[in-house]
Order: sequence, then C-alpha cells, then structure tokens
Amino acid sequence: MIHRIIALVIKEMLALFRDKRSRMAVIVPPILQLLIFGYAATFDLEHVPLVVVNEDPGAISRDLIGRFTSSEGFALAGHLQSVEEIAPLIDSKSALMALHISRDCSASMARGESCAVQVIIDGRNSNTAMLALNYVRTIISDFNEEWAERAMGMKLPARLGIRAWFNPNLESRWFIVPGIIALLAMIVTLVVTALSVAREREAGTFDQLLVTPLRPWEVLIGKAIPGLIVGVGEASLIILVAVFWFRIPMVGELTTLYPALIIYVLSIIGVGLMISSFSTTLQQALLGAFLFIVPAVILSGFTTPIANMPAFMQKLTYLDPMRYFLIIVRRVFLEGAGLEYFWNELGAMSLIAMVTLSLATWLFRHRMY
Amino acid sequence: MNAGAGLRLRGMVRKEWLQVIRDPSSIAIAFVLPLLLLLIFGYGVSLDSKHIPIALVAEHPGPQSASFLGGFEQSPYFSPVTVPSIQEAETLLRQNRVDGIVWLRDNFDRDYLRRESPPISVLVNGVDANTGRLVEGYIQAIWFGWLEQNAELAGRELRAPVELEQRIWFNPQVRSTDFLVPGVLAVIMTLIGALLTALVITREWERGTMEALLVTRITVVELLLGKLIPYFVLGMGGLTLSLLMARFLFHVPMRGSLWLLIAASALFLLVALGMGLFISTLVRSQFVAALVALVSTFLPAFILSGFIFDIQSMPLPIQGVTHLIAARYYVSILQTLFLVGDVWSVVLPNSAALLAMAVFFLGLVWRRTRKNLE
Repeated sequence: MIHRIIALVIKEMLALFRDKRSRMAVIVPPILQLLIFGYAATFDLEHVPLVVVNEDPGAISRDLIGRFTSSEGFALAGHLQSVEEIAPLIDSKSALMALHISRDCSASMARGESCAVQVIIDGRNSNTAMLALNYVRTIISDFNEEWAERAMGMKLPARLGIRAWFNPNLESRWFIVPGIIALLAMIVTLVVTALSVAREREAGTFDQLLVTPLRPWEVLIGKAIPGLIVGVGEASLIILVAVFWFRIPMVGELTTLYPALIIYVLSIIGVGLMISSFSTTLQQALLGAFLFIVPAVILSGFTTPIANMPAFMQKLTYLDPMRYFLIIVRRVFLEGAGLEYFWNELGAMSLIAMVTLSLATWLFRHRMY
Repeated sequence: MNAGAGLRLRGMVRKEWLQVIRDPSSIAIAFVLPLLLLLIFGYGVSLDSKHIPIALVAEHPGPQSASFLGGFEQSPYFSPVTVPSIQEAETLLRQNRVDGIVWLRDNFDRDYLRRESPPISVLVNGVDANTGRLVEGYIQAIWFGWLEQNAELAGRELRAPVELEQRIWFNPQVRSTDFLVPGVLAVIMTLIGALLTALVITREWERGTMEALLVTRITVVELLLGKLIPYFVLGMGGLTLSLLMARFLFHVPMRGSLWLLIAASALFLLVALGMGLFISTLVRSQFVAALVALVSTFLPAFILSGFIFDIQSMPLPIQGVTHLIAARYYVSILQTLFLVGDVWSVVLPNSAALLAMAVFFLGLVWRRTRKNLE
C-alpha cells in the first residue's frame, strides 16, 4: 500500500517538475512576487506630492509648512499663488494634497485665537486619503502641543508618551510581509492540488489511475502529499526571504510556526482537492481556484482588519483558513507568541482541514466517472 | 477581407461560441465572478477603525485620572475596558484582546496637583502598523481635548493654535465603497480576461484540434478574431452587470460620461484578453497556462494597481514595475470617471497606455501564432 502511494507521489512530482516551464511557473513567481509585493504593499506614505498655498507672511506658517515638507510622508510639489490653482492639480493627480494657510494666520495666533489651516485631499482613493489625513493630524497636534507649551509659557499638566510594542516604528512592511507568506503558500498549494486532478480528467489519464490497484483514498493521499511538500517547501523559501532579505524580525520559534503551517497547508489541500473533484476541465478548476482565492484573501484580514468589516462579513471570515494562519504567522514573527496562544486558531484550522479533506474524499468516491 | 474570409470568421466565432455555451464555467466567469467579488469587496474592505478595544489602567483612581480616561468612554473610536493593574493589561494585550493600553501610574493625581507633569504612558500593539498609527492619532486627539478642558477649568483659555479644516474632495464622507467598487471592477475585468482566454489556444493544442484547424483555409488573423470576439462579448456582458451593481446596489456616483467609461473598459478588456491569449500562446500545456494565469493576474492587479496601496509611496523601481500592469491605468481612469468627472489629463494618457498595451499584446499573439506545428 505504502509503495503504491509512494509511486503515485513520485509520478505527481515528476508531472509537476519534469517540464521546465511548469517547474519555473511553480517556483519562480512566488519568490518574485514576494520581492515585488514586499516593497509595494505598504500603508506608509512616502513622498506624496503636496502643494502649498501660503498667504500668511508670518514665521509661524513657515514653521508649519516646514514640518510638512520635512516629513517622510510628503514631498513638496510646488508653492501656488492662489487657491484657484489647486483644483486642476488635484484633478489631474499632480498633487494628492493641498495645504492652504490663510492671510492672517500668524496674526490671529499672536492674538491667542485659532488659525484655521485648510487641507484638501484627493479622495479618489479614500484609503490613501485617510492615511494622509492621519499624517496631517499627527503633524498638527505635535505643532499645537509644542506651541502651547512654548508660547503660553505653561507647563502641561501631564506628559503623553506613546510607545508601540512589537513594531516600534510602526512599519507596515513588518505587518504585510508575514501576511504575504500566508498568501503565497495558499496560492502555490492550491495550484498544485486544484489543477492536478482536473488535468488528468481532461487528458483522460484519470481513468487509467482508477483501474490501477490504488484505492480512491490512496489516490487522494498521493495527490495531497505533493501539495504538502510543495506548499511547505515554497513557504519555507518565502520565510527565508522575509527574514534575510526584508529583515522582518522573527521573534518566535519555528517550532510554533511549522505545525501551524502544516495544518494550514492541509486545509488548503482539502479545498484544492474539492475543487479538483468538482471540475472536469482545467478551465473549471481555474475558475474554482479563483472563486476561492479572491474571497479568501479579502476576508482574511490581509489588507484590512477584520474588525472593520460589517458583522455578517466577520462571521464569514471564520470559514477562511487563511484568517487563522495570518494571525499566527504575524504574531509568531513579531510578538514571538508561542503555541499556547493559538489553540483556538489551530483548532479551527484543523477542523477546516478535516472537513475539506473528508468532503474531498467523499466527492472523489462519488464522482468517479 | 473577401466573402470567404467573412464566412470563415463567422464559422470560427460560431464554433467558439458553442464551446462557451457548452462549458458553463465561461458563463460563470463572466457573470457569477463579478457578482460574488463585488459583494465581498463592496462590503468587506475598510480601513477606518471604530470601537478599537483598549485597556485603561488607573492604578490609583482619582478625579484627574477619571477626567482623562472619561475621554475614552465617549470616543466613538474606542471601546475601553478598565483593569486594575498594568500586568493584567499587558496580558490582555498579549492575548490580542486589546489593541492598546493607557496607563496612569498611582501617583498621577498627586503629581498632577503638585504640577509635576506626571507621565501618561500609552502602549500600542504595533503588529498592525496601520491600526497602530490610527490609535496613536485618536489618543492624541483625546489628549488635546483634555488639555483644553483643563486650561478652561484653570480659568485660562488654551485654544488649539492651529485648527485643522479638512476637505476630502470627491468623496467627502470617505465612503470606502465609492473608491473600492471602481477598483474592484479593474480586478474583475483582469480576471475575466485572463480566465476566459488563457486556455483557449493551449486547449486546441492539447486536444489536438489545433492541427485540424491548421489544415483549414483559416488565416491567423481570422483564427485570433474568432477567438477574441465571443469572449469580448462575454466580458462586456460581465462589465454591464458590474456597472449596474455599482450604480444601483452600491450607489457609487457616476460623475463622468458613461460612454467614456464603456470605451475605456472595452480597451482594457482588449488588453486583458490579449494578455490571456498571450499566456495561451506561450505554452502548449493547459496546466502551465492555468498556473501562469493564477499567479500572474489577480495578485498584481490587486497589489500593484494603486487600488489599495498608493503607487507614489512605493520605491521607484517598484513604481516602474507598476507601469507594466494594465490594471494600474484602468483603476486611474475608473476612479476618476466615477468620482471626479471627465478629466482629460487623467483619461487621455492612461487610455493611450492601455491602447499601447493592447496593440503590444495582440501583436505579440499574432506574431507567435503560426500556422505550422512548430
């Protein structure tokens, strides 16, 4: 029995890696994508083009503008003479943000009154707009705090000190790159499992497989093991790149990460084999893979926190294996959390793995035509 | 094109159309995929956090600490829990039950009265850097509100010297569906294009029917047109469905001209179909074509198109890479046409880029498809 399964595994691995193009298509894109996405996927704004309309002759407005232009987030794209010039620049995307300081700003501040500083942000991408607004708020409240302390000569009644744990500079790359590990591991595993049976169906070799002494569940195991090897192997490569290229701190233990990774990959294999047994052509398998991947990525909390979703969507996320692994991989990397924190996640993923794998077995047996 | 060519083309389109109809997955790609994706994206993605769980620690509760922490109870951004000691708060943070801690030490009220500026320590879980930053911003706002209140009580007026007056143009309420739905359209169209066509030529090779096609009098151009037309029609059908959903289900404003939007979409669909056909000509095995389609379409359109992540904040070499992603131009056009209007300085250059990509991919496909077996 073991021999039969081993033979099938060898055959599967050969089918995947013998052809040079197929070998390249499995191994190269994930690494390449990690390298590109690792840099591209960031919520830290950098050098966002900013235009300034400063009608105030005083020193205070210069100080304030200096804080904007010296911030990493913004890059000065020009000083404008009048407010009318703002609209065309923002419309054409030459500037994302405009800062407008009115004529009597310094004067009203000297009188102890507030000066209204107008900020106009392009809301076409409201995500970026919110990020930019948050940068603006921080700059202005820092300015206010310092100014209040200095100009009013009063000692503040308390001091506010903010520290971030686990990611002291709040670099979003530290958050996103571990997420990419989960993402790419899922895609590679799904590719290997979802497409492999459909391919045999379409080529007609699946019937040949059925008349061999292999039992259905042995065929299933033979198809699952290559997925496990490729998924875990590829994920390991990606982890290496994340640690040694992107220098994401790996605080936790590999002995925490790997059991979780294996359960995660198993649950994806179950999904992949289910798609496989549903589809009779490769096109159907490809569609099935996309219909799983896209919602799974969106609902996992990869780009946006699950807590921000509407309640019924949050319930849906419990079905998503990536959701659980994402929590684990991020917390193991940055917090160094151990297995004892993850019983819920591991349990849920194991449950998903068991359900999908048994369903796949059942579908295999009942769709043998 | 003579009458024979017209006839051959019609025959090819008919054959391809029958294939589409007989495998329901093509129809599903054009109509079920947009439906599902728009529903999930339209409701599921948002970066504006509310009700962030936070732990408040006042080691020695007094009137001052109560007045400061009261700001958190009233804020719509936080849902605070009060714990008696910092150790318990840290445990909650480690268990991810709270995203931050505000810690007032036991001498807070005493030092406040002695005007010794006692520290308020804030710990934020930085794992999700973006939420971490939001939490910082919200806490600073509460802090400044408290300072103002304090100054007022002391009989002094502390006006925030600079008051922020923010205007978010085009989307003043920052409705995330308004910007997501146009972006999702680009992702959907990319997927439709690639899914529909990535396999159509390889399939003929793998099933051996390509040889049957080769011995007919059909020319390469007719063959390719015959492959393109049915899927183009399907893709435009999917687009129509998506536009209707955007307008009537998600109520995204439509400030530009509809015809311009349809024209730009048709152009983008050509690029997407061209890319699919190109994958199809690159390899002779459907398995590899499906593999390439899986890894090269969704993620780049999702991450590199400027749909979620701001392109201008990416490092320069990566910004260069984004120019190779057709979805980038389409997202720009869509967000502008939906939310701003007919801004030619955005629409024209981006459409030109799409046109260039369409010509490039379809040209490559034409060059690579030869009427011989090699």
